[in-house]
Amino acid sequence: MGQFELGLDAPICLTWELTYACNLSCVHCLSSSGRRDPRELSTAQAEAVIDELQRMQVFYVNIGGGEPTVRPDFWHLLDYSVAHQVGVKFSTNGVRLTPDRASQLARTDYVDVQVSLDGATAQVNDRVRGAGSYVTALRALDNLAEAGFGNAKISVVVTRENAGQLDDFKRLADDRGATLRLTRLRPSGRGADVWDELHPTMAQQRELYSWLLANGENVLTGDSFFHLAGFGESLPGLNLCGAGRVVCLIDPIGDVYACPFAIHENFLAGNVLHDGGFAKVWRESELFTDLRSPQTSGACTKCQHFDACRGGCMAAKFFTGLPLDGPDPECVQGYGEAALAGDRVVPAASQDHSRTAPTKSAPVFVPLGVGPVAPPVHACAESPLAGLALETV
Amino acid sequence: MVAGLVASDPLAQSWELAPGVALRPEPFGALAYHFGTRRLTFLKTPELATVVRSLGDHPDLRTALAAAHVEPRYWNAYSKALVALADAGMIRPRETSSV
Ligand code: SF4
Ligand code: SF4
Repeated sequence: MGQFELGLDAPICLTWELTYACNLSCVHCLSSSGRRDPRELSTAQAEAVIDELQRMQVFYVNIGGGEPTVRPDFWHLLDYSVAHQVGVKFSTNGVRLTPDRASQLARTDYVDVQVSLDGATAQVNDRVRGAGSYVTALRALDNLAEAGFGNAKISVVVTRENAGQLDDFKRLADDRGATLRLTRLRPSGRGADVWDELHPTMAQQRELYSWLLANGENVLTGDSFFHLAGFGESLPGLNLCGAGRVVCLIDPIGDVYACPFAIHENFLAGNVLHDGGFAKVWRESELFTDLRSPQTSGACTKCQHFDACRGGCMAAKFFTGLPLDGPDPECVQGYGEAALAGDRVVPAASQDHSRTAPTKSAPVFVPLGVGPVAPPVHACAESPLAGLALETV
Repeated sequence: MVAGLVASDPLAQSWELAPGVALRPEPFGALAYHFGTRRLTFLKTPELATVVRSLGDHPDLRTALAAAHVEPRYWNAYSKALVALADAGMIRPRETSSV
């Protein structure tokens, strides 16, 4: 995969968070969303970004937030993007996916919808996403299915509490003609505050790995579990950190970060308004040039799994205060656990749009302490780029 | 497989880019993206990218390869790459008026 590492003229997996505003306040929100930022890009500025993505031939953009559909111009921007040959995959908690919107989406080509759900039961889901969020998500999925929207995605962040529900998630998806998408919990945004209690245990990671091998064909992962390759064979997809190489984030105010899970000034490459446009930031920024140069991987280079794992996720290391040139905090060899137990300083967040006063439905996340809440995964009981078959010729 | 649609010799077949497929030039060659299936394929050399881009302008693959100055000893390899692209839905056999 040499061609990836030296960088591309345009990203493959571009995420664009349209707003920091959100009706929910999930405890693990990667972008610490809640309040709208007053500097949020205007409709005209957002259209200009889409024009530029079209010129760069960015084939599709992953739209997220915050909750993107709370932007009043969301549906306009979606149509504008598709009309400019930039396909849209958007992530939503479902709050605005009414039957009418669902049939509108069913009539639009080149749009993929991911509804976030972090528990296969309301009890597990609402504990992290907030009261009523399970019902909202399932209603949205049912609206999509009834409108004939084919192949919606149910997007699940795997946690210690839902790791035992993988078969149940699969069934929820199958029943609605939807596809299950599992991704890794990273200690990003508010995720940093709950990662210690919520990230899957080593035993759960192993079960997850086996489950992915058994169900991999029909389950998407956004290639987020490549650090598990050391358990055995590589999982399909891109087996390296793509930050700044194939992956990138444009945030609601136009700041460009190396990865959606790396919203921190250390990974800020520039701004689409102030630094000459997105193409210039992508192609010329100092940070991205740096990320594309050969990286040192310290102790990992001696590991037999290095080719498959490459030391894991940059963001996971950074936000747990581990060195970037060492093992992932969830290293399957156990080196991460040892490193987490040692001296480390967790970096302070460089931005936070969390609401200051909790809403009525805000999750009250009380760590439950010892022992998993959900039963472990039964024995045997996600391509890059989410849903994309990747191959080389 | 598209085998049923294709002349037994891919070199003698007329090809074209499938509808809904875009090619993006990259330093190593090109990326092909199918908006319908959301598949992404890497064309790992600039020469291959040139050939794929020009398929529709030539009566068959052989002529396209010659026009791109690809040496005949590589034609077999190109042939295989093209069949793989056809299997992935990126290119398709083209009806020609002469057939
Ligand atoms: S920082 Fe982590 S989440 Fe981001 S591209 Fe790298 S491996 Fe993926
Ligand atoms: S030591 Fe490094 S390369 Fe090996 S499994 Fe752990 S994180 Fe991956």
